[in-house]
Formats: sequence, C-alpha cells, structure tokens
Amino acid sequence: MITLIKRPQPSKLWTFATPVLAVAITMVLGGLLFALMGKDPFEAIRTIFWDPLFHEQFAAYSRPQLLVKAGPLILIAIGLSLGFKAGIWNIGAEGQYIMGALAGAATGLALYPMDAWFIFPLMVIAGALGGFLWAMIPALLKTRFNTNEILVSLMLVYVAEQLLASASLSWLRNPEGNGFPGSRNLSKIEAMSNPELFAGTGVHWGVVAALAAVIAAYVLINKHMLGFQIKLSGESSRAAGFAGVNSARLILFCLGTAGALAGLAGLFEVTGPAGQVSIDFNAGYGFTAIIVAFLGRLHPIGILFAGLLLALTFIGGELAQFMLGLPSASIQVFQGMLLMTLLAMDIFVNYRVVWTSREVAQ
Amino acid sequence: MNFGGIDPVILLASLMVASTPILLAALGEMVVEKSGVLNLGVEGMMITGAVCGFIASVESGSPLVGFIAAAAGGALLAMLFALLTQVFQSTQVPSGLALTLVGVGLASFLGQNYVGVKSPLTTKMPIPLLEDIPVLGPILFRHDAMVYFSLFAVVVVWAVLKFTRAGLILRAVGENHTAAHALGYKVRRVRVLAIGFGGAMAGLGGAYISLIRVPQWTDGITAGIGWIALAIVVFASWKAPRVLIGAYLFGGITVLQLNLQAAGAKVPVELLSMSPFLATIVVLVVISARSKGAAGGPAMLGRIFQAR
Repeated sequence: MITLIKRPQPSKLWTFATPVLAVAITMVLGGLLFALMGKDPFEAIRTIFWDPLFHEQFAAYSRPQLLVKAGPLILIAIGLSLGFKAGIWNIGAEGQYIMGALAGAATGLALYPMDAWFIFPLMVIAGALGGFLWAMIPALLKTRFNTNEILVSLMLVYVAEQLLASASLSWLRNPEGNGFPGSRNLSKIEAMSNPELFAGTGVHWGVVAALAAVIAAYVLINKHMLGFQIKLSGESSRAAGFAGVNSARLILFCLGTAGALAGLAGLFEVTGPAGQVSIDFNAGYGFTAIIVAFLGRLHPIGILFAGLLLALTFIGGELAQFMLGLPSASIQVFQGMLLMTLLAMDIFVNYRVVWTSREVAQ
Repeated sequence: MNFGGIDPVILLASLMVASTPILLAALGEMVVEKSGVLNLGVEGMMITGAVCGFIASVESGSPLVGFIAAAAGGALLAMLFALLTQVFQSTQVPSGLALTLVGVGLASFLGQNYVGVKSPLTTKMPIPLLEDIPVLGPILFRHDAMVYFSLFAVVVVWAVLKFTRAGLILRAVGENHTAAHALGYKVRRVRVLAIGFGGAMAGLGGAYISLIRVPQWTDGITAGIGWIALAIVVFASWKAPRVLIGAYLFGGITVLQLNLQAAGAKVPVELLSMSPFLATIVVLVVISARSKGAAGGPAMLGRIFQAR
C-alpha cells in the first residue's frame, strides 16, 4: 500500500520537475478531450503548441503576439505571487486590471486633445494608482476588520466590470463615435499610445515593465528583508509574528503591489493592443495570471516561462478555433486542467511516496 | 398595492425565486465547510450544474431529469476537488479556484450548441388551501417544487447537523480532524461525502437559474452568484437558518435592483447591477468587524489533514 511521508523540506527536484510534467500530462488529457470531441488530438496539440511558433504561414503573425499576451500575464502574476507566498489570496486581479485601465485612460482623455510628452507617463502613474487603490479596499478591510480578502477582492471584480460598462457607455464614451459604446482609440492618439517599440517583435512598454517586474521581484525575494518576511509569513504566520513581522504592513504591501502591477497591465493593454476602453476590454488576464503564478512556482523566473506558455495557449487556442473549429472554451478547460494537474502533483514536492507492504505498515 | 410601478406581492414572490439558487449553493457549501474543507469552486460547480441540467431537460423534455442531472454534474465536478484535496493533499484555495476555471470552461464548452434553445417549462406547484391566503398565499405558496425543496433542505441540514450522529461526526471532523481520526472516524471519507453533497447542491442551484429563473442557457449565466453563496456562509456564521436569512436578503437586493432597473429608476443601471456585490462586501465587513473574523467557523477550515 502507498504511504505518504511528509518531507522536512519541499523537494527541490520535484519543484522544478512538476510544472514540466504537469504540462505533459495536461497535453495528454487535453488530447483525450479533443479526441472525445472528434478532433485529431495530435493535430490539435500541434496547432496549439507548435504552429504559433513554427508554422511557416502563421508564425510571422503569432510570434510577436506571444509577447503581447505574455506581458500582462507576467506582470499580474508577479504581483500575485508575492501575496500567494505570504498566504494572502488576492483573487481580484481582474478588477484591479480594469481599474488601472480606466484610471489611466480617464487621465489621458481628460487632457485630450493636449499633446505633451508627459501625458503617457502620467497615464502610467494613474494606471498603477488605479489598480493600487482598488487593491487597497480588500487590504484595508482585511487589516482593519479582518474581512476575508478572497471574497472582497473577487466581489470587486464584478463591481469593476460594471464600472467598465458604465465608462464605455457614458462617461468615457467617444463623443465622435456615432453613439457606439467605447472610448476614443487611445492607440491612435500619439501622446497616449503604447506602440510597439521594435517593429515586428510585439515588445511594448508593458513587456518592458513585465521584465522589470521579474527582475525586481527576484531581487526583493532573494536579497531583501521584505522578501524574507514574505516567505516566513507564508511558511508560518506564528513564527513570523515572533520574528517581528508586521503582518498588517505585509498585507498592505503585497495587495498594493499586486494591484499596482495589475493596474499597469491594464493601462498598457488599453493604450496598446486593446486600443480603447470597451465593455469587453478585459480578457481574463487577471484570472489566467493565477495559473501563471502557480505554474511558475511563485518564482519570478518560473513565472516568466509560465507566462510565455499560457500566452502560447491563448494564441494557439485562437489558431485552433480558426483552423480546427475547436470551441474557445476548450482552451479555458485546458488551462484549468493544467492548474489542477500541477496542484495534484504537488504531493511529490511535499511528500515522499513510499510503497510498503501491509505487514510492515506501522 | 403599488409603489412606483412595483407590486410588493410580486416582488416578494420573485424574491423567493431569485434567492433559491443562492440558498441551495450556500447550504451545500456550509456543509462542506462544516467538515473543515473550504471549496472555492462553488461558481464552477453551479455553472456546470446549470449546463448539465439544461441539456438533460432539453434532451429528455423533463425538468425533473434536468435537476437530477444537475445534481449529478455538480457532484461529479466536486469529486475532482475531492481528488485534489483529499487524495493528493493539494492546498484548498488554489484547488477551488482551479475547479471554478475548469467548471466555467467546461460549461461554456458543453453548452455551445444550446444557446437560444428553449427548455421545457417547469410547472408551478401551488399548495392547496394555503395558496388562497390573501397576500401570503401568492408570496409563499405558489412556487415550483424546487423552492419548497430548498426550504425543506434548510430544515433537514439544520436538523441533521444538530441532532444526528452523522451531523456530530461531520462537525467533529471539521473542528478537530486529528481527534476525530483518533476516535476512528474516517476523516477523508466524511469530507469527500460532504464535498459531493456541496457539489450536488451547487449543481441544483445552477440548474434553478438555467431552468426556472432565466430559463435559457447563456455563457456565464451564474454571473458571480456562486461567490455570493460563499460569502453568505460567512455571513451566516455556519448556521443553516442564517443561511436562509442571508440568501433571502441577497435575493431581495437582486430582485429589488432588477425591478428598479425595469421601472426606469433614475439611478445608473450599472450602479444597480453592482449593488448585490457592494452589499455583500458591506455585510462581510460588518460581520467580520463584529466577530473579529471567522467566529463560528470550523477550526480546521482549509487545513490539510494528514493521516499518520
């Protein structure tokens, strides 16, 4: 029979091996799912994971898209990972992302048609601030009243979605838009746009910010006292208390940083790839980033790779939808399965699985 | 009686309809949490129930078959969570989130050919004699069977938890799994059963939306109700009668804001639509501030049980 023995320390080897294994297992399970739907599983998996990068016809378009999609995912996931490490569950990144986009876009549009160099940087600050303040709501409620941050941050996603709808229908609507919902096209206004920095690469300011966040998080976690406190709180909040960690300050920091980064992601998206504030502007990055954070093992470098992989599933999913008629929801199932497989395999990280015969079992 | 185009009798009757999905899901989740497990996948299980119920009732022509399928679908999806948390010892918070992601995707995937299809109508089951009571009759006793079932379920869950041996074991497992294990109770088995029950109830709640309240299938039909159900368990301090109060309170807000929208109130529609979520936050704050956190919450909530 199988016995589980708790490891004194999480296994280093399995920590690195499980994400890779989880991807492989999810591919098999996903293949089975596609086969059940009557599609050729090999073709489907190839279309999702290989063609966006190497297909002679599509790769030229989809390769830059990889960075466009990975940018916000990585930016948000880095922020979330800090909280997750400390046992602070910010599930509302989607709302913080929306609020960042709204605050940034509103700041820019308030200055329209002014044309000055400082408008875009101002919008960036407003975007980060929008997400930060939105995340401060669950953070302050948690530190003040011990209100559950999971539920509050999530409720605020639905509130933000309604604010987004109201913005695109009324207070940010393009006055020259012939009554269609949606704001002015920010990507077409030079002072407010977040253009591709190097032609054909997909790199825009959001991607740069994502890379900067990866480096900053790496330094914070490994070299800074605050990073140590985050890790300590996650392992044992009691021990952290004895070590003099101020848990309220940690909650404010983790949620605030996550909110600011999600807000930045929203701002860079609305001024670049999305172009305008519209009702369906949010694409679920805030939720997918949760998967990215876990798949990346809450480690900055891991998150970088996980972000690229999840971006690939987005692009490959679109391609599979277009080429094979796979429903777009099947990619969501796929992404969810990936997280589940990974969580299931955590058992190898935290436990030694030993076969024992019944007779010897203590 | 008529206030600004809103008839209070119809309002209260539709309150019961709007509250039933939340009530069913929250009641199920309360039992799960009583066993010491925090399943954040309610939204996913609800929407899976909604789509399973819809498909089964369209294909069979019977709403009853639909509800049975919904309960089965919800419970089956919940077994994925049980597998993760009870067999593979995964952390419950991300596992629940994963369940929601899978559930929402799966539902939209299964339901794609059913958008715009009509489901068979559920007949009302007015209760003889009682339905003729003025005012109260139309409010309370002219509903479909599921409304009565949900009220009945509150009584049963309350009584089982309070008075039976099974209820005692469930609570013991949730309060102290090590002690319960030492006494020889099967901690994992109890929890798996509770998770399954929670999934079935969430499934029924979801199907109530897709079969009776809306009645049609659209992507994202549960629209956050599963999360409100989770908040209501906290609001109710893990007590069945209070789950009823909480669900009806929030159903009331939902119905009221919908009626105000329909009546063309001079409040922005978006503000009305976000009001149930804002109200949930306010209530959570009040409850947490008063009780200094999760008072009445099972002590082992969210902890991983290791059998030695």
